[in-house]
Amino acid sequence: MFKDYKYPREAYGKTLREIGRERKDIVVLDADLSSSTKTKFFADEFPDRFFNLGVAEQNMIGVAAGLATTGKTVFASSFAMFVVGRGYDQIRQSIAYPKLNVKIVTTHAGITVGGDGASHQIIEDIALMRVLPNMNVFVPADYVETEKMIRAIADHKGPVYARMGRSKVPTIYDDSFEFHLGRASILREGNDISIIAIGIMVSKALEAAEELKKKGISARVINMSTVKPLDEETIIKAARETGGIVTAEEHNITMGMGSAVASVLSEKYPVSMFRCGIPDVFGESGDYKELMEKYGLTADNIVKTSFNVLKRKR
Amino acid sequence: MILKQMITMKENFVKSREERTKKLEEMALKIRRHIIRDIYEAGSGHPGGSLSATDIITALYFYIMKHDPKNPKWKNRDRFVLSKGHSCPALYAALAESGYFDVKELLTLRKLGSRLQGHPSMKIPGIDICTGSLGQGLSVAVGMALGARLDRKLYRIFVLLGDGELQCGEVWEAAMAAAHYKLGRITAIIDRNRLQIDGNTEKVMSIEPLSFKFKAFGWHVTEVNGHNFNEIIGAIEKGVKIKGKPKVIIAHTTKGKGVSFMEGSVAFHGKPPNDEQFKIAMKELGGD
Repeated sequence: MFKDYKYPREAYGKTLREIGRERKDIVVLDADLSSSTKTKFFADEFPDRFFNLGVAEQNMIGVAAGLATTGKTVFASSFAMFVVGRGYDQIRQSIAYPKLNVKIVTTHAGITVGGDGASHQIIEDIALMRVLPNMNVFVPADYVETEKMIRAIADHKGPVYARMGRSKVPTIYDDSFEFHLGRASILREGNDISIIAIGIMVSKALEAAEELKKKGISARVINMSTVKPLDEETIIKAARETGGIVTAEEHNITMGMGSAVASVLSEKYPVSMFRCGIPDVFGESGDYKELMEKYGLTADNIVKTSFNVLKRKR
Repeated sequence: MILKQMITMKENFVKSREERTKKLEEMALKIRRHIIRDIYEAGSGHPGGSLSATDIITALYFYIMKHDPKNPKWKNRDRFVLSKGHSCPALYAALAESGYFDVKELLTLRKLGSRLQGHPSMKIPGIDICTGSLGQGLSVAVGMALGARLDRKLYRIFVLLGDGELQCGEVWEAAMAAAHYKLGRITAIIDRNRLQIDGNTEKVMSIEPLSFKFKAFGWHVTEVNGHNFNEIIGAIEKGVKIKGKPKVIIAHTTKGKGVSFMEGSVAFHGKPPNDEQFKIAMKELGGD
């Protein structure tokens, strides 16, 4: 179904470099992982505006805050596990509370980091970031969306969290795609059920919709890449028009995107829904494709879950 | 214009050292009275560490720092980061006495709807960063210094840290970064009052030998009596001449300084005075 597979993190590094050429106020920080997060693209061209803080993520967040108080637009990157996990208090007090213009952009989130195992597989970062007042949370689905998203968040004033995985993902969008903060994008229209997905699961949702079509079910596919602010209007419309929702994310189902959708539905337009995601357990080592199978992050599981939703539809 | 105004203010002080000290001591006494009154009115707060830090904050705001209360966002202003955010009653009083806001507002400390939160927030003119959760201020100062370097600005960054706070690992991450990037515009001042909530710092979790630690991290270290204006000012001014190296001043202080029953007392780390104690404290500080 998909032909082109690319690393979103590479889109991040290259876009950052492009924006760096246009804007002098862009400053980039990393914590010893610039070759993996791809901030190296920026660092190589703008060594004066790139600061490596070493394996010291808490300090990196504070430094980002200090730079932001001097009028810089700061991108701070590392693996999601270390920035969000170790730097939570710093993000809370020094970035979110003072509402500073810092973009925390992480890579290697979720279980698809693979062989490194649970110590590196953060599946609770979206939860931790979305409960912070003033924080915006974004998850790009492919290379193109990452390019557009990074540009949009550089233009937005205020704290942002954006997360990417380690692996290549299929390219879904073409260059004509426009990303808007707070607006979901509908990738496929459908009337019987809606699949709302983020990140690597968007391509799985599209595959699932194709499968469902063969079984006579018309599924709408929504990319909810802006987890916060959440596009409630699109969620409610989908609930009203299709009557059933499946969410899919590479994240602990507790307090992830699916939970955010569930909150909107239960208060504003209750319909039958199920969440696909990682149950409340730590990950483990393995090939990322095997891990996705094991934890149900597959098109098959979305199809199965869709039937469960359809069974309960009123 | 603004700079001239600042220099004039400084010149006024400099007529003689004795006069400078006298003026700063008067201001410090005023600030101590604010601290006691504000915390008493609030019914909660941290008098001990506010009083130990008062002379340092007074020296910074009324002699050392270039700042303009009428223009809190002035781009060339010196920055101050109160990393030990719980000492904010001293900072709020210094800001109000400098003219950032009306001194009457000080009595709203910790009250619902007030700009004067229990720990520094961005609502207050003259505050550049939220603090309160310890250990983060030096990191923020490193960011400010890097920003100054990128913009080719000459302002300096002063950070006030508590001694208990030095137990936070992040402080040492920041200390490493400040030396690595040769951030000579940073002056950190340690309010070394030797007491933290659970007791003597050396009993709770020893931080000594402190000056050796900072030296090993690549910092220029001075030790002063944190209640002696000539020593505080002298150390900061000497530090200006040392380029390419962050400076730390270990200021030996007394927790609760100025109020007899609060001096050296852990009990008043985070407890307001009662009615009777309030009266005694104000009397000792020359108030009514």
